[in-house]
Amino acid sequence: MSATISQEEVYHALEQVMDPEIPVLSVIDLGMITGVDITEGQPVLIRMIPTFAACPAVSYIKDNIRTVVEKALGIAVTVEIDKHVHWESNRMTAAAKEKLKNFGIAPPPVLEGDVRPEIMLNTPCPHCGSEHTYLRSPFGSTLCRAIHYCKSCGQVFEQFKPLE
Amino acid sequence: MSSNAALTDLIIKMADDELVLGHRNSEWTGLGPVMEEDIAFSSMAQDKIGHAWALYRILHENLGGEDPDRFAFMRPESAFKCAHLVEMPNGGYDFSLIRHFLFDHAETVRYESLQDSSFEPFQLLSKKVKGELKYHTLHANAFIIQLSKASEEGYARMQTALNDTIALAAGIFEPSAAHEEELIAEKVYPGEKALYHRWLDRIYPVLVKASLNLPDMETITPVYGGRQGFHTTHLAPLLKEMGEVFNLDTEASW
Repeated sequence: MSATISQEEVYHALEQVMDPEIPVLSVIDLGMITGVDITEGQPVLIRMIPTFAACPAVSYIKDNIRTVVEKALGIAVTVEIDKHVHWESNRMTAAAKEKLKNFGIAPPPVLEGDVRPEIMLNTPCPHCGSEHTYLRSPFGSTLCRAIHYCKSCGQVFEQFKPLE
Repeated sequence: MSSNAALTDLIIKMADDELVLGHRNSEWTGLGPVMEEDIAFSSMAQDKIGHAWALYRILHENLGGEDPDRFAFMRPESAFKCAHLVEMPNGGYDFSLIRHFLFDHAETVRYESLQDSSFEPFQLLSKKVKGELKYHTLHANAFIIQLSKASEEGYARMQTALNDTIALAAGIFEPSAAHEEELIAEKVYPGEKALYHRWLDRIYPVLVKASLNLPDMETITPVYGGRQGFHTTHLAPLLKEMGEVFNLDTEASW
């Protein structure tokens, strides 16, 4: 039965699996899926990676992937953590960054090489677009966020941190 | 490939440091001097416990060790190999910040070195952890510099905390009498002595920016013993508290 399913169908179903902390982004938007293996007579194997090592939502997301894809496609699914790939913020798609900004969270800049403290400066404000901002703390309400302050519109905002 | 005994010893030291300091960091939750700092120490606590868990999982999956939760919460105090530095109570914010600064730079040079380890699970983990640690050292450096430059009192307190903590921090780099040579020869890691020197090179420029004086390391006696299972009186109560819920029902499924 599973052999009739295509990779495209699985990826399409995965677009419905949202991140519990940022509900406008799917696991595809975030670049958390590293592979889909379809072998006849076996459950479809989906490999994923967490954004941060200690992300408390990992088992929740893992279960969500399994139930959503099983329900959408009527097949058995196994979800595995892929140890051979580590998540970096460059895995996030451009469309995802736009959605993030519209959600009120500044997206991470594209990284060329390592994270340096300077790239945390003058992060564009997701509310007014000003770059007249400063980093208040590299830690925010979840492991993947930092807190900034916009001097133009006077608002505190969060950023999805760049991660190398 | 290095022997399991040597690898296991190194992993337990690293993981126990992360677990115990993670617990200490979490004790700032709700008590931080400003909201951002409360969040910072809570986030770093979560990261550290995540790193500990990843290391215990390597023990479990690659070296035939016990289940990570049971290993973390059910060992007697003497089986822990954390350095005395991480066991010390939080004390004031000055000590907590200096400890965070000294430990996180030590952790950074260690994980950077593991990118070239002959032990593959170390290579994979180090790539992940290294990126996360950038934010810990960014935070530590910013606060060390700001507080040292803020006022006479701030400067005096940071310098005193540094003087009081440096021997404990040097104790992170206690080499293993039984396994050190083997781990270096097998290219698992460059060894404690090399890491100690890389650590000094890393903290020194930040201390200069903060106008803090690094005590003369030749006159410092590193506080050893933790790696051999000898601990301060502060560890036992910490372990009791940390394992309290788990030990109510060790077979419970979460």
